[in-house]
Amino acid sequence: MNAEWAIKIAAHDFRVFHGQEESLRGITLNIPANRILGVIGPSGSGKTTFLRALNRLNDLAPATHIDGQVLLDGQDIYHPSFNVVTLRKRVGMLFALPVALPMSIFENVVYGPRLSGVRNRKRLEEIVETSLKAAFLWDEVKDRLTMSGLRLSGGQQQRLCLARVLAMEELEVILLDEPCSGLDPISTAKIEEALTILKAKYTIILVTNNTKQAARVADETAFFLMGDMVEHGPTEKIFTVPDDQRTNDYVTGRFG
Amino acid sequence: MRIPPKYTQALAVTVLGAATVFTVVVLVFIIVFVLSKGLPGINGEFLFSAPKDMGRAGGIFPTLVGTVLLPLMAIAIALPLGVGTAVYLTEYTRETRLTQVLRFGTDCLAGIPSILFGLFGFIFFVVMLKMGWCLLSGGLTLAIMVLPTIIRTSEEAIRAVPNSYREVSFSLGATRWETVLKVVLPNALPGIVTGVMLGIGRSIGETAAVIFTAGSALRMPASAFDSVRTMSVHFYILAREGISNEKAYATAAVLIISVLLVNLAAYSMMHRFIARRSR
Repeated sequence: MNAEWAIKIAAHDFRVFHGQEESLRGITLNIPANRILGVIGPSGSGKTTFLRALNRLNDLAPATHIDGQVLLDGQDIYHPSFNVVTLRKRVGMLFALPVALPMSIFENVVYGPRLSGVRNRKRLEEIVETSLKAAFLWDEVKDRLTMSGLRLSGGQQQRLCLARVLAMEELEVILLDEPCSGLDPISTAKIEEALTILKAKYTIILVTNNTKQAARVADETAFFLMGDMVEHGPTEKIFTVPDDQRTNDYVTGRFG
Repeated sequence: MRIPPKYTQALAVTVLGAATVFTVVVLVFIIVFVLSKGLPGINGEFLFSAPKDMGRAGGIFPTLVGTVLLPLMAIAIALPLGVGTAVYLTEYTRETRLTQVLRFGTDCLAGIPSILFGLFGFIFFVVMLKMGWCLLSGGLTLAIMVLPTIIRTSEEAIRAVPNSYREVSFSLGATRWETVLKVVLPNALPGIVTGVMLGIGRSIGETAAVIFTAGSALRMPASAFDSVRTMSVHFYILAREGISNEKAYATAAVLIISVLLVNLAAYSMMHRFIARRSR
């Protein structure tokens, strides 16, 4: 689609089944590196299922199985020899509801690095500072890093969660599952601003119920409907002259 | 005929209130009774000297040591086994017929009279394994006795840890074991401690199973293969055989106070732990 952008993630006829039910019905989608892909669609369209499949969090749900392929840098992430722990360090996830772990702000941020074996105190402190700065939270918390993450406001907690993802040194892809659904406009703006800066370094996939948010920050947009991907293209095209009538109806607010 | 709600309400308050008052009064009466009879007999010499003449005179120091060592050994054995089982059942297995059977089995075990555990310990550890009446036989028996309680309370505590914590941990590249260690167990700790406290309480208060397996020697135990007597057993023997009522009450008073202290210490430690993680 965009010849100048390298393909980071490629899904080929990818299907997810929850028991007998087919939640994703053969998604074929190339996701370019260093761009923001917005994924829009009504609830139940399979957006979140698709996102969770990309770092294999769906594995945790009972009776889930998949068909087809997802390639990360050309490697099949569902291949038995692919290490799922490594995958999750390369492909980070920000959830819809901010979940600060019941530990200090500092410990929240270094959760990933500690798992990867970073022990050096100075190095950890550097990671905390860079990650919190990149998530636009540093100025608000730099004097109280030992305070529990639970005492932050919802908007701050979500930025803490973003910093926690960014702290992983192996990180290449950031998945965001409606990260601003519970946030006020100012916190939302801060997250969106962070994302537009972060795409220089990472590949970003943003699932959102807010079509305006996709229009604001996404370079490309994919429209999902009932487990199918209806259309994928540059954001301006999806929101102005989409090929499919259903896409047009959705982005103009006629259903959904 | 229908009683007006005004009266049923008044009746409910009276009956429920009376039940509460009755419970508290009985409890307070027992404690005050034991303390008033026992406290005068407690002094430094009573606490820290050996009993003389089967306990008619002297102190209770060896039984104090036994009361510390025996539950400690029981918990040291039961805690890793119990928490390990609970973690395995909740985190590493899906809910199947087998886990349901296991859970039902532990519930049944928790309700078995302690004398049966004592009998089992006597036949298996003391006689079959030729361990004799000793600290180790008693500790193992008490461990088996409190194991179901520890498993069930730990399991409930682990289940109560929000699933979102686990998801976050996995999504940051943690293995299941790392997730258990860093997220699940710390958050389940208060519940696990409650289970351990129940277990300690049961083992401190146990008499029948202890006499069967640890014996009732009044000497100071020198190793895990020596027989010990706990304060509960001492109290039972002093009172049952009419050796000395005065010493029996003093022992009971020490027992009540030490259980109280152990509980206070555990809960204040737990409180500090929780506060540190959410402040």
